[in-house]
Amino acid sequence: MGEGSLVVDNLVYLTAAVICVPIAARLKLGSVLGYLAAGCIIGPFGLDLTKDPQATLHFAEFGVVLMLFVIGLELDIKHLMKLRRPIFRGGTVQMLACSIPLFVFFFVIRLPWEAALVASIALGLSSTAVAMQTMAERKLANTGLGKTGFALLLFQDIAAIPLIAVVPMMASAEVSGDSGWLVAGKALAAVVLVVLIGRFLTRPLLRIVAQTGLREIFMGFTLLLVLGIALLMAASGVSMALGAFLAGVLLASSEYRHALETDIQPFKGLLMGLFFIAVGMSIDFGLLIEQPLVVLGLLGAFSFIKLGMLRWIAGPLEIPAKQRWLFAALLAQGGEFAFVVFGVARTASVLPAPWDGLLTLTVALSMALTPVWLIAHDRFLTKRNENQRDADTIEDDSASVIIAGFGRFGQIVGRLLLASGVKATVLDHDPDQIDLLRKFGFRVYYGDATRLDLLHAAGAAKAKVFVLAIDDPDTSVALVDTLLEAFPGLKIVARARNVPHYYELRNRGVDIVERETFESALVVGRAALSALGVGKYEANERANRFRRMNIGMLERMLPHMADEKRRVEMAKNAMNELERQFAHDMRTLSEHGDLSWHNPTYSRD
Amino acid sequence: MITVLFAHPYPDRSRANSRLLKAISDLDQLEIRSLYERYPTFDIDVEAEQTALRVSHTIVWQHPMYWYSVPGLLKHWFDKVLVRGFAYGEGGVHLLGKRCLWVTTTGGDLTAFTSGGLHAHSFSSFVPAIEQTARFCGMEWLAPIIVHGAHKISDAALDNHALNYRNLLQSLGR
Ligand SMILES: Cc1cc2nc3c(=O)[nH]c(=O)nc-3n(C[C@H](O)[C@H](O)[C@H](O)COP(=O)(O)O)c2cc1C
Repeated sequence: MGEGSLVVDNLVYLTAAVICVPIAARLKLGSVLGYLAAGCIIGPFGLDLTKDPQATLHFAEFGVVLMLFVIGLELDIKHLMKLRRPIFRGGTVQMLACSIPLFVFFFVIRLPWEAALVASIALGLSSTAVAMQTMAERKLANTGLGKTGFALLLFQDIAAIPLIAVVPMMASAEVSGDSGWLVAGKALAAVVLVVLIGRFLTRPLLRIVAQTGLREIFMGFTLLLVLGIALLMAASGVSMALGAFLAGVLLASSEYRHALETDIQPFKGLLMGLFFIAVGMSIDFGLLIEQPLVVLGLLGAFSFIKLGMLRWIAGPLEIPAKQRWLFAALLAQGGEFAFVVFGVARTASVLPAPWDGLLTLTVALSMALTPVWLIAHDRFLTKRNENQRDADTIEDDSASVIIAGFGRFGQIVGRLLLASGVKATVLDHDPDQIDLLRKFGFRVYYGDATRLDLLHAAGAAKAKVFVLAIDDPDTSVALVDTLLEAFPGLKIVARARNVPHYYELRNRGVDIVERETFESALVVGRAALSALGVGKYEANERANRFRRMNIGMLERMLPHMADEKRRVEMAKNAMNELERQFAHDMRTLSEHGDLSWHNPTYSRD
Repeated sequence: MITVLFAHPYPDRSRANSRLLKAISDLDQLEIRSLYERYPTFDIDVEAEQTALRVSHTIVWQHPMYWYSVPGLLKHWFDKVLVRGFAYGEGGVHLLGKRCLWVTTTGGDLTAFTSGGLHAHSFSSFVPAIEQTARFCGMEWLAPIIVHGAHKISDAALDNHALNYRNLLQSLGR
């Protein structure tokens, strides 16, 4: 493949995706089906525009890797421990429930038993890519279904390791390569290495990289980290995705979590798309045309068994009654691991010749069938329970206050809140601050606060109050624009650097804006007055009056701020007004002051 | 220790109260706490106030009469400092048996405080709310020092009140 063809290939993928995915989304078919269709169209049986679907598929698996990394980032160890039971119990139940009937089926249609065993276990696995993507699109991640589904997929990823390791050993022919023990040992060593790297090395490294302040270097380092770990795992026979997941979990409790997440997100999305395109491309329509009945028979039997068994175990796995068919539909496809297993099985000649192709095709078709099941599910089953959601399963652990900018200003705000028992989420881009703050129970995230994805990650959609304490007026105003557009319900409390900044914010409709030097200057002014012999209380009254006047004047000028001349004029008048006000104060306070009370204007006689 | 809680928002423009205060300011074992100077924004340091009360045997409330009562900050001081557990209720024994002296100046003179006068009632009808505040906290209520007609009263008469005040505190201090 020359360099030219790489560019052309990418051009083809992007064009196909850009055309097909919006159409699929418009038709409410989900993006997965759009990508798959794009793959079919440009693949060898469509327009035949690209060179090597298998190589593409291989490359695009990094999409799955990145996805698991991101999933890992959202689950810290504590969370994971809570999921232990669903993962191991649920995972075992699911694998047994799906694989045993499949094994019987393959045995009945006369596959050799080793082949039947490998095929049935491989087909018991579901597609993490398809299922997770769909769950994310349907915002199911925090529901009962989402959690169980995720646990099962995770178990499958773990189960795939021994499967891929064991298949070559089942070969009757002698196969070059390592013994089973060696494989297991290597896998274990790799996992330990990843844990060590994740725990002790990455945080300091991330910190150093973050301190450079170069976003693209941070992003590059993130990709390097994930891909490096993935390849390390792959080299030792462990699933790349599992390695990435592990790395994610280890970084989940770090302050860089959201920055990592937001940086990986676009790559993940694109590569996942590419993955689905590659699956579409690798669908062997030739085989389908040659042996339509065999293929459709296999697909039908496979889907029937898997859908049925999943639906059957949904109850015992505590999937809410209303989501049981959805659960079955989401996980009924074959997974990307099946491709790998079939590949290994073929080279190890465990799977006889026509079957590897047939089964691979079945898996690819079953993935394409997933959106169809979902559409059918929505059509026929959701009408009845559209408005019902199990609210109690939705977790909300996000803070209700977000503070952007945690310098000298934001810190005071944050500490006041903390002292009142409110734990705020803090966004800042200074790594030095962050370490310290985490010790005091703040949720601190490193990153550029104006980024919408980071805001989402920090929980801006659920927060009640957003404290805008960033010092740079341009950044602050840009952030306000983003917030107003994306989270219109959020209450913004803002720090203004100076009067023009105050106007920028107020003109945008931010209700609470405080000039950063105003209050402290008033306090100093008050102190000066009382040092001159004015009573403290009276000095305070004067400061209060001054504040009222000043803010009143600012607010009156608000509508005229576009007009420069008008502004100057009003500023002049305001001075006069202040002067007049003070003259009035002096007069009333010095003539009678508070002593005038004993002489009420009315008289009783 | 005698603690004088002095509540005048504009002490530099006071005639009557500043004269009274001046007369006692050099006494030993006496602390004047000027509330409006200490807490110009009304954020009373309750603990500091209670500590001051704990170490005193006599507590003086001195202020001009405002609206038949105490100035706002002194009222706020009542609300914040004289709380359950300190001044009354369970454990609220810290003022028990202490003496309370009320010193106040009024704009109205004696004729104003008659049924036909500007204030329509005798001055004694305005005393109970303050007196009972002290008694509720278990304090001994001393005969108050009242200066009527604070603007009209002659310097000599005012100085007489001031001397009275000084002598009383001095005798209480012993
Ligand atoms: C807000 C206010 C309320 C007052 N209410 C009363 C009152 O109810 N009865 C009264 O006799 N004098 C009243 N006065 C007059 C004050 O008691 C009088 O000005 C004060 O005692 C003078 O003392 P000074 O020279 O220390 O300020 C009031 C004065 C003010 C400013």
